[in-house]
Order: sequence, then C-alpha cells, then structure tokens
Amino acid sequence: MSETHAETVTFVRDTMLPPVLPPVGERGAVKWLRENLFSTPLNIALTVAGLGAIWWLVTASLPWWLNSVWNASSLGECRQIVAANAGEGATGACWAMIRERWHQFLFGFYPPAQWWRPVLSFGLLFAALAPVLFAGQKRNLSIILGVVAAYLLVTLYLASAPGLPFVLALVLIGGLLALAQMMPGRLLWFTLIYPALCFWLLWGGSIWSPIVAMAGFGVLYAVFRLASPLIGLAPAAGAGIVAAVLWWLYAEAPVVSALHGAFPIFLQSINSDQFGGFLLAIVIGVTGITFSLPIGILLALGRQSDMLIVKSLSVGFIEFIRGVPLITLLFTASLLLQYFLPPGTNFDIILRVIILVTFFAAAYLAEVIRGGLAALPRGQYEAADALGLDYWRAQRLIILPQALKVSIPAIVSTFIGLFKDTTLVAFVGLMDPLKGVTQIVRADIAWKGIYWEPYIFVGVIFFLICFSMSRYSMYLERKLKTDHR
Amino acid sequence: MKKSVFFGALAATTLVSGVALAGTLDDVKARGELLCGSNTGLTGFGNPDASGNWTGFDVDLCRAVAAAVLGDPNKVKFIPTTGETRFTALQSGEVDLLARNSTWTASRDSELALDFVAVNYYDGQGFMVKKDLGVSSAKELDGATVCIQTGTTTELNLADFFKQNNITYQPVTVADDSEAQRQYLAGACDTYTTDASGLAASRATMPDADNHIILPEIISKEPLGPVVRHGDNNWGDIVRWTYYALLIAEEKGITKANVEEVLASTTDEEVKRLLGASGDMGAKFGLDNAAFKNAIAAVGNYGEIFSRNIGEGTTINLARGLNALWTQGGLQYAPPFR
Repeated sequence: MSETHAETVTFVRDTMLPPVLPPVGERGAVKWLRENLFSTPLNIALTVAGLGAIWWLVTASLPWWLNSVWNASSLGECRQIVAANAGEGATGACWAMIRERWHQFLFGFYPPAQWWRPVLSFGLLFAALAPVLFAGQKRNLSIILGVVAAYLLVTLYLASAPGLPFVLALVLIGGLLALAQMMPGRLLWFTLIYPALCFWLLWGGSIWSPIVAMAGFGVLYAVFRLASPLIGLAPAAGAGIVAAVLWWLYAEAPVVSALHGAFPIFLQSINSDQFGGFLLAIVIGVTGITFSLPIGILLALGRQSDMLIVKSLSVGFIEFIRGVPLITLLFTASLLLQYFLPPGTNFDIILRVIILVTFFAAAYLAEVIRGGLAALPRGQYEAADALGLDYWRAQRLIILPQALKVSIPAIVSTFIGLFKDTTLVAFVGLMDPLKGVTQIVRADIAWKGIYWEPYIFVGVIFFLICFSMSRYSMYLERKLKTDHR
Repeated sequence: MKKSVFFGALAATTLVSGVALAGTLDDVKARGELLCGSNTGLTGFGNPDASGNWTGFDVDLCRAVAAAVLGDPNKVKFIPTTGETRFTALQSGEVDLLARNSTWTASRDSELALDFVAVNYYDGQGFMVKKDLGVSSAKELDGATVCIQTGTTTELNLADFFKQNNITYQPVTVADDSEAQRQYLAGACDTYTTDASGLAASRATMPDADNHIILPEIISKEPLGPVVRHGDNNWGDIVRWTYYALLIAEEKGITKANVEEVLASTTDEEVKRLLGASGDMGAKFGLDNAAFKNAIAAVGNYGEIFSRNIGEGTTINLARGLNALWTQGGLQYAPPFR
C-alpha cells in the first residue's frame, strides 16, 4: 500500500483474526444429523418413523430379554420365576431350555462320551482349511493353528476326551505348527488327508476303511502317471478312474478286513441317525462346499467346451439341477432312490443328501464361474494360445485365476446359501438345528409352547458362521486386488 | 462307489415289487433290531428326551413289538419321519412298522397299499377357544377366524363342518403346532383347531390354561394306528396281536408289575394262552411262546401305557373317552385270544 493514500484509508488490518469454529448448525453431530437424517421433509419423516420403530422394538422386547431365566426345568417353571421376579403378566426369555438341550442343537443324538470326536474334527477343519485360505502366509497360518491348538486344548478337556486321542491331537497340531514355520506349502498334504480323517473321526469304525478308500486315489494317480506318456492325458485319466473304481469295488473290502485283522485300530461306530443339529448342518455344508467348487469349475469349463458331448452333458446337468427346487432333490434323495436301489441296500441317508446338495451347489457355481469366464477379455484367451500353452495349462495359469477372482463374491454367496439351505433336510426327517431339533425340543411336554428362544439361539450361530464367511471373502477380494482403481 | 450303486439301482428297478414280499419278520430277526417309523416329535405320542431316549404312547407300541419279536424292548431304532416321507419310508422298506399318529382312511388302505392293523388311539378334530369369547359350541363360531395347519385332513374337515352348518369362517393358515399356538395366544385367530389330543397338549402348556376351553364338538373321526406294508400278512398279524395282547392284559388286570405273579397263579385259560403258559399261540405267529408276555412285561398293558404317557395325571391329562375298554363304554375291543 502506497503512502499517498494513507490518510484516506480509515482502517488497515495488521493482525489476522483468530480462526473461529463453524456455527453450531454447521459442525459436529448437529451437522451430521442435519445432513444425514433431517435434510429433506421425506428424510425427516423417515427418520422419525425409523426411531419410532426402534423405540417400539426395544420397549417391546427389552423386558423379555432382561427377565431371562437360565435355571429352570420346564417352561412352566420359567414362567413362575418370571412372574415371581417381574410381577404377574411379565414376559421373559426361557434360556433354561438351551441350558438343558444345547447339546442336541450342537450334536443331535451323538453319544456324549464321544463328543470329543466332532469337537476335534471341527478344530482340525480349520487346520485343514488354513493352508487353502491363507496359502503360504506363515503369520496367518501360525495364528490360525495356534488358535486351533488353544481351542482343542479347552474343548477336548471340556468334552473329557480320553488321554490318548487328546495327546495325539495336540501332537498333530504341534507338528502342523512346526511345519507351518518351516515349509508352509507342505501343509496342503494335511488338507488332502483331512476328509478321510474327518470321516473316520465322525463315523468311527476301523481306521483302515478310510485309508484304503483314500488309497484308491493313489491308484488313480499311479495309473494316470504310468499311462499318460503312453496313451495321452485324457485316456490315461479315464484308465485311472476305471482302476480306482475297480479298487473300490473289489479290492477295498478284503484289504480292509485283512488289515483290520492284523492291526485292529478302531473307534466306536456311530450311525448316521445319531447325527443332528449343527454337526449335521456343518457336515453337509462343508462337504457340499468342498466338493461343489471343483465340480462347478469343471461344469463351467465343460459348458464352454467345443466338444459336443461334453458340452451337452454339462448343459443338461446344469439346467436340470437348476431347474428343480432343492426340496425336490432332497425328496429324491430320501424317497425315490430307495425305490431304485436293490432291496436290502443300506445307502446312508446323510450321504444321499450330501451328494444331491453337492450337485445342486455345483450347478449354481458352474453358472457363477461361467459368468467370471465370460467377463475375461478375449485377449486373455488369445494371449494364452499365443504363449503355446495347452488347454489345461492355459486354464490353470491364465484363465481360471482371473475368472475365479472376479467371481469370488458370487461364489461365497452361493456357499452361504448352501450352508443355510442345509436346514431344509428337516423335510426328509433329518434333525437339522432349526426345525428338526427345535421340533424335538418342543415335543417335550416340559418345553412345549416355547417359541423364540430356539430360533434365536440357532439364528445367532448361523449368523456367526455366515458372517465370517462373508468377511473372509472381502479379505480375499482385497488381497487379490491387482487393478489400479 | 456312488456310480456303481446308481447303476445297480437302475438294474434293480424292476425288482422293486419284490421288496414287499420279503418276510419282514425274518428281516427283523436277522437284523436283531426293529426299525420303527416315528414322529419327528409329537408331545405325549413320541419324542426323544434330553438324552435321546424315545418315550411316548406310540413309542411304547414299537417297544412292545420289539419285546415280542426280539425279546428286548430296547432293540428298536426309531426313524423320524415327516408327514410327507412316512408312507414312502414304509413302502420302500426303510422302516418295518409305522407308529406315528396316522389316520386310517380308505384311500391310504387301498391306494397307498398299506395295512392299518389296529387303532391304538381314537382321536377326532376339536376346537379350542378363549373362555371370554363366550362360545360354548362350535356351531356358534359363525364368522370366526380359525388357525389351521395347512395340507392336513383337518383343513378339509373344517371346511366340511362349516359348510354343513351353514356358517362362515376365515382361515389363518399356520405351518405347525407351535406357530398355531403362538398365533392363537397372540389373538390372531379366535379358535384353533386340530386333533383333540393335540389341543389338550397345547392347552396344558399354556401360561393361562384355565382361560381356554376345548369345545365339546368333535367334527371328525381320526382313528390313529400302527401301519405295515400291504402283502406281508404274518407281520401284520404280529403287530396287530401284540397290540391286542396289551388290550387283553388290561381287560384281565395283568400289569407290568404283576405279570410273573399272574403267570404263576392264574386259572384263566385265555390268560395262560396269552402269557405262553399253555398252548403254542406264540409259535403260531412264528414267535417265541412267551412273546406276548415279554411285550406286557416290557411296557405294561394298554391302560398303563395310556396313563403313563398321555392319561389323567400327566400334564396332557387326556381322559380315556373313546379309548376306554369296551367293558367301560369305550371302543377298545380285542378279539378272543384262542
């Protein structure tokens, strides 16, 4: 500013004003409220309605939760306790039912002395899943195996597992932990033997039946390796499958009985009809999920194949299974198969249900994965061809990794849907946790008339499982994200 | 393995009719276990307790048959069947005997090729209303909302009853008993209708049982009984006569507690034949001569089974009514044991 006009200037600022907070209406909670809840008349109305609904829910259900009763032997007794504590006419949750019957919701009729077996299988399930879910990540693997070890230590003690299996389980998990430190890749071997181990733990019987059954896959692989240089990949695979089937049909039974005679290592046999509750839901769900993914991938590839027979078989399978409701398939498993099977065949009902649930999920997955395949630019296929890769290498190295990555959210949704659909087995007389066990509990005169409590209990457990699946899928998406959005 | 089973299955399709012809008695003896199709859980009639032991009115009949055939009431496996799967489970041989509140109807006898061998419970459809509704007869229910389970014969009976009496109703359909009870208590319907035994069980467990009454009208006949496959008459006879043995035992005053005593002291020829002390009645069925004695010793007579599971004194508190012995004005009547 020049001197000439100094006298005409009445005020010159020589200090800055201190910064002042925005007006009350433009900051903090008030601003947030105004912007998010009360910005327009419609929003105001919705907010008020929402608050009203929450208020109504809370006032209606809070006393019910607060008056919960944990110690009683029947619903009538619960009601008396609630009336004594909170006055006549008050309502209260009767969790005493869960206290008395929790084991049926978890294990069905599995004999209490053997509860350590499902408990152990459940812990090892995570040890087997970890190498798949967190491939080669030492830190995550160690955390999961550590948690599994702690879980087993506590639950096996609570389930009063006998000494030998207790020690063996801890030695096993310790060995896996050590392996995770040295060669995390090798942990996949445990994942491969886990299905047989789990089958043996849950159903019991001679240890040799699952081992000899798994040896069938060894036969398949050996024949495949020996024959593939001579007759080519696909015929060798066919020959391997034939050899494995022959092994299962004719060699398995005598080999098992011979080995069992020599080294009788066995667990008490548990019949399928003693399975129930979440044990049943998880057995069906996990098996279905595990086997439906590879089948689904093969079906999706088959549907895109140029080979007429492969293509039409895949399309036929997918469209047939997707065109039929799951309940129909379950009834087929439970009722129709019985008519077709030779008289006297005892084809386990849980196995029948698992097979059809797997088919059902596989058909849906095939379409989900086909979506992923279709989303890939054509250039990727051409690039794979240009590199001189054969079909399977191109799929394995270039196409599928990308296609599966974009399909992750949909694949996990299918899995979650499959897991929740396991409750439908109630309609064929199996004891699923939601309807089957609840009905049994309600049929007991002591608990007849109980309504919300079993649903809430089962719902919370389902939520925990499905929510963790969903979180894992989000983690996986973030981990595999390679674009630069 | 799966594949082979499937192909075997296809090959065996034509043999299906053969299933029914195999002797169930021999199968059961060879297996050492009776496969009994039970309810998935029905209060008083059949449900497993906290430790997985099945108890109930229908369950005891299965135990009696197991005791008669195998000599041990515990050699029975209960296979839960739903309303949809029960008859197929029986036809396909998955169960030997179905004892789960199945109503004997003509079409089930003929079309489904089943044999209802006896009626162990005479039930009928009734109505439950709140006392303050001020209704004392089902015929006053004009314009009422009615809670009714879908897909059951009760739905059809209800429609018939209201049509015959020229009154109207509004159905509120529910999926199962617990939902019905809940809707009824919440006031979603004026009256709840199902089998009278079910109503009694529901009412017994309501928080305010005294405020509810079961109306006197029974609008249908629901004879419930054990079912076996068509065509295996010997097996049907065994189930039928095991049941009759329990009836005769009540008639003659033979109980679970005094059966040995009666056997030692009785002079009644029919009782002697029943308990296997004279004649070879058991052997005529292909069973042990003491078969029916074993059944009675295992579960007690019909009256004991009734009062232990559903009778007066239990929470369900059902009167004998039609299920009293014929000598006491009921319908339970066994042919002579000779």
